[in-house]
Amino acid sequence: MIIIETKNLTKKFKSLVAVDDLSLQIEAGECFGLLGPNGAGKTSLIRMITAVSPSTRGEIRVLGKDLKVYARQVKAVLGVVPQLDNLDPDLTVLGNLLTFARYFSIPRKEALRRSLEVLSLFELEAKRNSQIFELSGGMKRRLLIARGLINQPRILILDEPSIGLDPQARYLVWQKLRELKAKGVTELMCTQNMEEAAALCDRVAIMNLGKILGLDTPRNLVAKYVGKEVLEVEVDSTDKEKLLKELKERRLDFEDAGNKFFVFHNEANGFATLANPEKMRRRPATLEDVFLRLTGRSLIE
Amino acid sequence: MRLFSWRFIRVWQRNRDVFFKLWRPEITGFVVEPIIIILTMGLGLGAFIGSIGQESYIQFIAPGIIASYAMFSATFECTYGSFVRMEYQKTYDAIIATPLNVEDVIVGEIFWGATRALMTGTAITIIAAIFGLVSSPWALLIPPLSFLQGLMFGSIALFFTSMTPAIYSFNYFFTLFVTPMSFFSGVYFPLDQFPQIVQTISWVLPLTPVTYLTRALVSGNIHPGLLWSLLLIVGIGVVFFMVALVTMRRRLTV
Ligand SMILES: Nc1ncnc2c1ncn2[C@@H]1O[C@H](COP(=O)(O)OP(=O)(O)OP(=O)(O)O)[C@@H](O)[C@H]1O
Ligand SMILES: [Mg+2]
Repeated sequence: MIIIETKNLTKKFKSLVAVDDLSLQIEAGECFGLLGPNGAGKTSLIRMITAVSPSTRGEIRVLGKDLKVYARQVKAVLGVVPQLDNLDPDLTVLGNLLTFARYFSIPRKEALRRSLEVLSLFELEAKRNSQIFELSGGMKRRLLIARGLINQPRILILDEPSIGLDPQARYLVWQKLRELKAKGVTELMCTQNMEEAAALCDRVAIMNLGKILGLDTPRNLVAKYVGKEVLEVEVDSTDKEKLLKELKERRLDFEDAGNKFFVFHNEANGFATLANPEKMRRRPATLEDVFLRLTGRSLIE
Repeated sequence: MRLFSWRFIRVWQRNRDVFFKLWRPEITGFVVEPIIIILTMGLGLGAFIGSIGQESYIQFIAPGIIASYAMFSATFECTYGSFVRMEYQKTYDAIIATPLNVEDVIVGEIFWGATRALMTGTAITIIAAIFGLVSSPWALLIPPLSFLQGLMFGSIALFFTSMTPAIYSFNYFFTLFVTPMSFFSGVYFPLDQFPQIVQTISWVLPLTPVTYLTRALVSGNIHPGLLWSLLLIVGIGVVFFMVALVTMRRRLTV
């Protein structure tokens, strides 16, 4: 079943096109990852899907309902974790959760039960009476995720969930996200963390300049765009020209990253080797290679 | 046009909870200060002025202070208060990701502003009554009047907030509109002292009908002409309520 669907969705800020005619289908129960460089339009897309930002053109359906008409009903079953912290600094940690529960009209007693539950889920019980400014960045992030769960959402939408988390906290969050998925919660997340996407997401879309450039399971994306292995070749100005010529002559699939060449689909090339073996390194291909490939290495480095 | 729903009460409740957590410093500005003004101006200045009509000066300014401080309460709440919540705390951003819509947030803010006016107006009225400055049971209608004018001034203030690029721009709103209004609305001296042109201008200032009505309720001098004042408050209130809804929505939906 398709739980989130966008059709020809466009978002413009004046003349800037942040999301460009994007059509996307997300299956119920899957964890869907959006990867893309800064400014790719991930947050803009998510803000439209969560009905906090109007689209310029196009259609969004969540649970089969047109978001323009049923924003309230849809928002009632969404859990949203925004990219930027918008915890309520006028309220305590527990106060934030209780007040948020009230926005969903959850009765007081139930709200308290759930608040304590999510606090313990994210190991924040000790901070329940703290003010928000007394929390560390990572604690705020955990509280923000905890807050997103207060209405027991069917769809959880997370904009860079593990940004600023230490490794323990990150694994804790990943673990909780896996458990929620196992319970049938659909997850849509943006991330810059390839490891996170590979670890959690069933399918990943790579986005740049408001468009989706590639969409598949992490494994298939890697197989399709970079193959099993990557050959990294260090180059310096003296041998660069020569190498470049050879790569082209042999029709190898490669990317020029200035002081390095990355040779892809290396197994298909019969494990090509070039130049001085000391300057070469073979390693397994990762999602990061796909990302860099599709969004342009020069942009990143 | 999309309208608001009962859910605006959730925003009101949030603001109420925060207010009662931190009410002590607030009370100074909105109750202690007006009392000091009534007493010092009423007694000090009153000694020079003597009486206005049949009233002593202190009796004259008490209802004016009730009206103008209720106005200040709603105005501060829906300018500085709302702006901080909107821009610095991103409170609205968080709320509109829940079943509340932008309109609910806007209306919740206005109703909270009106509630602040109600609390201030009522508190000063009670204290004025203790000092023997309230002479009519009609004064029991001051709380609903304070609330009503709070809706009007909250809407005006929120309209301005929706146009405000940065928090210091509120200086213009206060020095060019709010403060002059409090001087030309019959709060500190009767309007009939002024030249005709000033009197005419004063009747388009929304605080004038409020002062007029409050004074009538405090003294018990009730007559049908007061209905015009009431109508004016409702009319201006409705217009700015709608306008604030539209301009604030435009600002909040990006
Ligand atoms: N409120 C806004 N007004 C004008 N332009 C905006 C606004 N929000 C985003 N943009 C622009 O839209 C584009 C997409 O931004 P968006 O925040 O969606 O990117 P992102 O993929 O989430 O990036 P990041 O990884 O840095 O969070 C950017 O060019 C950005 O400058
Ligand atoms: Mg973003």
